[in-house]
Amino acid sequence: MFEFCEDPSTLDSLRWFSCYLTNGVHMQFYGSFIKVLALLAITAPVALAFGFAGAMAARSRVAPVAWFGKGYIAIVRGVPDIAFFLFFVIALDQAFEYIRHRVLCPDWTDPIRQGSDFLVCQQAKLPLGSSPEWVHETYGFFLAVITFSIVFGAFAANVLYGGMRAVPRAQMETAEAYGMTRRQTFWRIVVPQMWVYALPGLSNLWMVLIKATPLLFLLGIEDIVYWARELGSTKTARFSDYPHGDWRMWYFLGLLVFYLAMTRVSEVVLERLMVRLTHGQATTGGEAQRKAVAA
Amino acid sequence: MKTLILGTAALALTAGLAFAAGHEKTVRMGTEGAYAPYNFINDSGELAGFEIDLGNELCARAELTCEWVKNDWDSIIPNLVSANYDTIMAGMSITAERDEVIDFTQDYFPPTASAYVAAADNADWETGVIAAQTATIQAAHIAEGGATLVEFATPEETVAAVRNGEADAVFADRDYLAPLVEESGGALVFVGPDVPLGGGVGMGLRESDGELKDKFNAAITAMKEDGSLNELLVKWFGEGVQTY
Repeated sequence: MFEFCEDPSTLDSLRWFSCYLTNGVHMQFYGSFIKVLALLAITAPVALAFGFAGAMAARSRVAPVAWFGKGYIAIVRGVPDIAFFLFFVIALDQAFEYIRHRVLCPDWTDPIRQGSDFLVCQQAKLPLGSSPEWVHETYGFFLAVITFSIVFGAFAANVLYGGMRAVPRAQMETAEAYGMTRRQTFWRIVVPQMWVYALPGLSNLWMVLIKATPLLFLLGIEDIVYWARELGSTKTARFSDYPHGDWRMWYFLGLLVFYLAMTRVSEVVLERLMVRLTHGQATTGGEAQRKAVAA
Repeated sequence: MKTLILGTAALALTAGLAFAAGHEKTVRMGTEGAYAPYNFINDSGELAGFEIDLGNELCARAELTCEWVKNDWDSIIPNLVSANYDTIMAGMSITAERDEVIDFTQDYFPPTASAYVAAADNADWETGVIAAQTATIQAAHIAEGGATLVEFATPEETVAAVRNGEADAVFADRDYLAPLVEESGGALVFVGPDVPLGGGVGMGLRESDGELKDKFNAAITAMKEDGSLNELLVKWFGEGVQTY
């Protein structure tokens, strides 16, 4: 990056580090932070939407819909994350390819499963074998968002389901007395009030989600933990201009600071959100706010 | 214009005959990127090493378009058989056990010597605690012997285990350990005998990919015959390396 980086072995330590920390491989490391933040920013709302749909399904009066919602919550919550990430993603990918194979190559006669090999025709591959690497990476990222959303959506569904049930019964009775339909009661009374009950559970989920990103490497996405391990590992002078010993501790220390900062920022934001949601609610928190204003 | 169209049509036809199954296919080559000098990530964040040079040359000779893909060692075979990439070049020794699941080309690196490295000369490599990477021939060898095996996911961690005293010695490919010992300033030393293991390093392919295997086999044979494979071996492993 800088001109004096031509021969790092002659540099003093300050300049050495300024070259070392700006070389190509470190740029990829910094890029992976953006990748992780983008994943969180996309996954959180999608997971919440999955959760909301799951909770609505679970409390549906139509029996099959309720079974589906409850089944989704129970099964996904019960399967270990790592098993889900290994099994489900490969299964999802193969399901996509199988469908495309059926549609695009109807004359294909070879079996799709040959021993342990999974073979579909070239046109059915996802992404196509000839597409550039970034398409493969984007596809992997897309699979990661779906998988994270399904897993965390199940937990969110349970939290929101609890939140919906925690809205005081008297509120619903009042709505009925005013002549509101079931749908109106749900959207006007239950949904606006459930968040205050659901937020503590949701904030827990958010914290867990922040720390779950190393699971990404199971999907071939190079996240910050992968790069910290790779960059921190011993480099010899034969293969690198910047030889160093085992520095993984320092890189992981950097990650620790990053994660703690993320946690702190989240805490502050969630705290403020809680204050807003509590406003005017029939909870002890809402009561305390009312008294503070009155006094 | 007419000849151009005719020429293109003829070309398309012959190309269609040549690659009846997979036309315009990019061969995706899987590697680990953490096993210098075989394959590693260089300062600019790109893949480099003996296998990267060799793989690119093989693709050029076989007239294939190739692209490298990084993958964790643990899941490198499952991702090959589910067709996320088409070959493995990751310092993978040819063994009977692996050959049941995938196919190998002929070896492009002679049967390797594995070696023990410890923090001191008197380390107990026969019955002590030995570190090795998971799912390697070295780990299998230790598991059969009298020593206690501790497995790690990456080669780096096996060496770190010796440095911090968790293991008495690490057992790995001699060529991986040699640069580390050289530059450790005496903190790491070779102990015990070299152990010849495995049937050489080859390129892994799906069992159903016979056509691709034949192309690479032909290219490897050609490189062995004209001496260019030996040149690459010396370039990456130094003068002392075993050649063909």
